[in-house]
Amino acid sequence: MDQILFRPPQHDDTLPPIQVENLSVRYNGDLALSDVTFRLERGQRVAVVGPNGAGKTSLLKVISGVMRPSAGSVRIYGHGPGGHVCIAYLPQRSQVDWAFPVTVSEVVMMGRTRKLGYLRWPRRSDRDLIRWSLQRVGMAELGPRRFAELSGGQQQRVFLAQALAQEAELILLDEPLSGLDLPSQEAILDLLDALSASGVTLMITTHDLNVAVERFDQVVLLNRRLIAYGPARQVLSRSALIKAYGAHVHRLPDGEEGLLVVTDTCCEGEEVEG
Amino acid sequence: MNDLGSWLLEPFRYTFMLRALGAALIVGIVCPVIGAFVVLRGMAFLGDALAHIILPGVVVAFLLGWPLGVGALIAGVLAALAIGAISRQTRIKEDAAIGVVFAGAFALGIALLSAQRSYAVDLAHILFGDLLGVTAQDLWLAVGLGGLVLFTVFAFYKEFLVLSFDPVLATTLRLPVGVLSYLLLLLLALVIVVSIQAVGVALVLATLVTPASASYLLARRLPAMMAIGAAIGCLSAIAGLYSSYYWNVASGPAIVLVQTAVFVVIAALAPGRGALWSWWRRRTQAG
Repeated sequence: MDQILFRPPQHDDTLPPIQVENLSVRYNGDLALSDVTFRLERGQRVAVVGPNGAGKTSLLKVISGVMRPSAGSVRIYGHGPGGHVCIAYLPQRSQVDWAFPVTVSEVVMMGRTRKLGYLRWPRRSDRDLIRWSLQRVGMAELGPRRFAELSGGQQQRVFLAQALAQEAELILLDEPLSGLDLPSQEAILDLLDALSASGVTLMITTHDLNVAVERFDQVVLLNRRLIAYGPARQVLSRSALIKAYGAHVHRLPDGEEGLLVVTDTCCEGEEVEG
Repeated sequence: MNDLGSWLLEPFRYTFMLRALGAALIVGIVCPVIGAFVVLRGMAFLGDALAHIILPGVVVAFLLGWPLGVGALIAGVLAALAIGAISRQTRIKEDAAIGVVFAGAFALGIALLSAQRSYAVDLAHILFGDLLGVTAQDLWLAVGLGGLVLFTVFAFYKEFLVLSFDPVLATTLRLPVGVLSYLLLLLLALVIVVSIQAVGVALVLATLVTPASASYLLARRLPAMMAIGAAIGCLSAIAGLYSSYYWNVASGPAIVLVQTAVFVVIAALAPGRGALWSWWRRRTQAG
């Protein structure tokens, strides 16, 4: 049954986990992304930043295979995203009703669905892996709890445990920090550091330019096109920010060069020293 | 005691009452299992529409002297596939497209039926069920289809769970989301076919949604939600049949009324999620 419904793709560990070439994406007829090219190395932490509507979410969706590109290509370890089960995608969930009758352990076990295969039930080793995953995200005690009873930050961590149970090598997170208080944000960021140290490649979108600079190796600056890509401090230059954020960049008279303040259309302003 | 015993046993001296009980219990078990997915995935309108769409199939089978289930099955499968296709292939919003098909098919069924001499009686049976008229053949078909549905849900339980909880996860795990969604729709059509004999086209929705909603308020996990729903379904089937026998109420509506009463009690009293509980919490917090 598994062989009929599912053909695993080639997965070449020597090739980069993400290689995007001349990628364009249409969303509801509009061009959400055009001609984006970059590649990531194994174990890198990448933050995708840019104003609202810059195509950050579309980029994650195309890389995870939830959306199809209208032109160009995405290669995951040398092969299209189609059949890969090594990718975990954690969408932004704030607007979803999660009052589903399911326990925390069950949500984490969902990550095993594919690895288990059809007509098979979890074994002891799967349950051990679930316990280990929950422990890794600091939720060892909460396995039997109803998922709906958890706070937003705890739910986010459960989804990370799910990605661990999936044995994902590439984890894509859409705004994992939004709506969380500072301690929860720190907990998630520390967890991401630990994951990347163990060889998982991470890509997140964020509105917080400070987080991008301080906690991530590489930054992708987007505004429907790729404005800049590279080491964080290099990418978030004055000219690149103005290019990406346009009218949302303001200069405050502070210090020698002035302080650049980026105010986005929906969210609180984010600051970056200029 | 003896009196109560004979009161309880008397209805089932008749074979037709035993067959009715068998059919009602099958419906009582199978409906809440699929109903759990209907409630959690917000498919209630779709379920109601499917039940009405099946009508022309039932009428044609009736006119040709086939078992009603066979005609309903054909119409149900066609309709399930058609609805899936419409929602994918056209620009019309899904609920409007379903509405068009649902009303048209229902009208076709009624029109076919109205040409018959026994129109009024037949219409009542089709709309509100005819448990007392269940034949041995109907019963075996219900056992077969019901068993098939339960087995399929059991076999693909973890895939259906992921699909219902998080369709995006189902996609990134590379589960065949389209195939699984069609399969669930097909199971829904089968369950409706099994239920039409018991409660009729107009009341099928209740057997799908009411016990499952009541158990949703009590259960912590999906299997428990299905099991509690099935228990409510069986209890309602038995209570409904007794009231039908002793007070001469139509059996389909009687079963649905019991289900509704159980739902009302649970919605009011459920610990943590019932109305009374919320009211008490508001009050204690305010004070």
